Amino acid sequence: MKCESFTDIHGKRMPLNHLPAGRKGRVRALTADGSSRRRMLDLGLIWDTEVEALQKSPSGDPVAYLVRGAVIALRSEEASKIIIEAI
Amino acid sequence: MGLTVQSTGSWVLDNPLQIIKSSPDEKIIALAGNPNVGKSTVFNGLTGMRQHTGNWPGKTVSIAQGRLTHKGTRFILVDIPGTYSLMANSVEEEAARDFICFGNPDAVIVVADATCLERNLNLILQILEVTPRVAVCVNLMDEARRKKISISLERLSQQLGVPVAGTSARNGKGLDELMDRVLSVISGKVVTNPPVIRYHEAVESAVSILEGPLKHILNGRINPRWTALRLLEGDKKLLGALRDYLGFDPLGDRTVAESLEKARKNLLAAGITPELFRDVIVSGIVKKAEQISRSAVTFERADYNIRDRKIDRILMSRIYGIPIMIGLLGVILWITIAGANYPSSLLAEGLFWIEDRLTDLFLLLGAPNWLHGLLVEGMYRTLAWVVSVMLPPMAIFFPLFTLLEDLGYLPRVAFNLDNFFKKACAHGKQALTMCMGFGCNAAGIVGCRIIDSPRERLVAIITNNFVPCNGRFPTLIAIITMFFAGMFHGPFQTVVSALMLTGLIVLGVVMTLLISRILSKTILKGLPSSFTLELPPYRRPQIGRIIVRSVFDRTLFVLGRAVMVAAPAGLIIWLMANVHVSGMSLLSHCAGFLDPFARLFGMDGYIIMAFILGFPANETVIPILIMSYMAEGSMMEFESLAMLRELLAANGWTWLTAVCVMLFSIMHWPCSTTCLTIRKETGSWKWALVSFLVPTVTGFLTCFAVAGIVRILGLA
Repeated sequence: MKCESFTDIHGKRMPLNHLPAGRKGRVRALTADGSSRRRMLDLGLIWDTEVEALQKSPSGDPVAYLVRGAVIALRSEEASKIIIEAI
Repeated sequence: MGLTVQSTGSWVLDNPLQIIKSSPDEKIIALAGNPNVGKSTVFNGLTGMRQHTGNWPGKTVSIAQGRLTHKGTRFILVDIPGTYSLMANSVEEEAARDFICFGNPDAVIVVADATCLERNLNLILQILEVTPRVAVCVNLMDEARRKKISISLERLSQQLGVPVAGTSARNGKGLDELMDRVLSVISGKVVTNPPVIRYHEAVESAVSILEGPLKHILNGRINPRWTALRLLEGDKKLLGALRDYLGFDPLGDRTVAESLEKARKNLLAAGITPELFRDVIVSGIVKKAEQISRSAVTFERADYNIRDRKIDRILMSRIYGIPIMIGLLGVILWITIAGANYPSSLLAEGLFWIEDRLTDLFLLLGAPNWLHGLLVEGMYRTLAWVVSVMLPPMAIFFPLFTLLEDLGYLPRVAFNLDNFFKKACAHGKQALTMCMGFGCNAAGIVGCRIIDSPRERLVAIITNNFVPCNGRFPTLIAIITMFFAGMFHGPFQTVVSALMLTGLIVLGVVMTLLISRILSKTILKGLPSSFTLELPPYRRPQIGRIIVRSVFDRTLFVLGRAVMVAAPAGLIIWLMANVHVSGMSLLSHCAGFLDPFARLFGMDGYIIMAFILGFPANETVIPILIMSYMAEGSMMEFESLAMLRELLAANGWTWLTAVCVMLFSIMHWPCSTTCLTIRKETGSWKWALVSFLVPTVTGFLTCFAVAGIVRILGLA
């Protein structure tokens, strides 16, 4: 996904883990279920919530995201279940 | 981290939630809130107790209670675990929910973080759905001011329909006002009027079908609207808790059961599946939170947390993140070792001067030799060793570690290390429980409650002992200083010691990861579960208070352990060394028996014996060892580590013995307190036994390999 940062991704739908660091997106769907989905909802990740990818950890995973004023680290497995639209 | 009495292990037998009123007019207040919003600080500020607080989510792992009196009314304050939501995900969240919903508190204080209010409103609104007897405490007002976030408490109170107080609990500001608000809620002076969140039409009509019949049977005991929503949601665990609380099954009532059936059908017809139902509810609450936050909070600077992000970019950087982490550990250890040298020898001098006076006294009184041996050479000397060697490093290490903790660095450690834990099929929060293990492994084991997945929690529990605790790393420092750093002179000596100790701790972490992975592939098969880790804002630690508090706590801790465990151990070991059976002391018999076995692992019988006798407390291993080596079975006068080194060398210690002892020290059975804690936390002796065996077998294998290779290569 490295090349994504060079092309404009505005308006594109993608799983959150594909969002390059420094970019923002809006939540469009959650594909997780069970307790994982509940946890996402508890973070306030509902439709249209703005999420910003802040930075990767030293080994690239997890990634820190800014969600409703809180910094939350998500592993790529979880982030891949959050579909966003890049803005 | 365990910086309070909690880490002494004396709380191990605490019982689950049970509130005992000392008089009927005492009011019970639940203290709720998201994790890491300063709930424990509010609790301590109000009750004058000192629950340890740390800047990372999930600090309150057990429920604490405290008492206070405000304007003549007596209160019991119950600190329940921090949670983001009442829709329980973990055991802890369930406990929090059950207490708020079914614990019948007279009022609930919800603590919120002023710098992150919107996120906190989620829980506040959920609690308001259960009970209107709420006072909101907007904490960390000072931090918010620094970040130029202004909060209109008045507007917030209007919107929430309950009293709100702004506090800076760390400085004790606003706490009196908070209690005024609580009092006004309890006395009924303020009529609370929380907003009713209106959900999707279909949900509302389903609720209206159920609400009537429920109201009838609930008889005012719980809010019928809330109960209706939960029944529609179909949370089975909650239904169980509800049944226990009411003493009957609400679905046993025919009208209720039929209405529920009907309401569910209507929902399905409107396209709201059970899965979607929760989404609708949560969305409704989140949107309400957003709306309230917009009207009550003003961010004067859009980049209010830019400093945190800049620090994060350095501390969690791809290139520097891990080196900085190990570097910080090294620096802390160096300050500890360098700083402990002088006070250690000073303490030793003082304590052994006292011993000489004690001996004089015994001579004066004409006490028999054996009594002097037992009390002075056995008990007192062991105590003196433990105090002089253990106390200074602990009193230096802990304030430093706590500073990092209060800054908010520990979750960043978990973030940096998470990928390693994921590869080991373990939970990311295991890094946090590992850090707690530095204080006391028993505290680390209890801390594992922050891990929701039972499998990953067990992995964390079994491997916690690979982190050298309190009682072990002064031992490591002493051995390093005697055998390795001694080759260097001047300031390098302490640097070398710090480097070696850092290396050993890193090895402990590597072993943790390796064993976690092996466990995950064998007896605890499974994939890593999902988790989310919050990286809280950095906070300015209160340096003065931390230093005073943790030096004081550690001193008490070490002295307490020395008296409780080290002194009796000294007594027993003196007896074992002085009771002779067929010409040899008991100790020599045992050590002789263990010796051939111990040699395989690069150690000797006395060393293994010392580790075995050190089972109640790891800090006694070295004093036991020294006493055993002395022919008369009592410790020599501890004047310098150099003398000690001579004693050990005279008993056949080489650098290889030192290495094997250090390896075995970080990899052997957990102490007795830790074993009991594991039994209690896992509810089974089986897992306590596994936790005993896994590090022990690992340690023996490692020492066997190291000793074997070194001998084959002819290096020692």
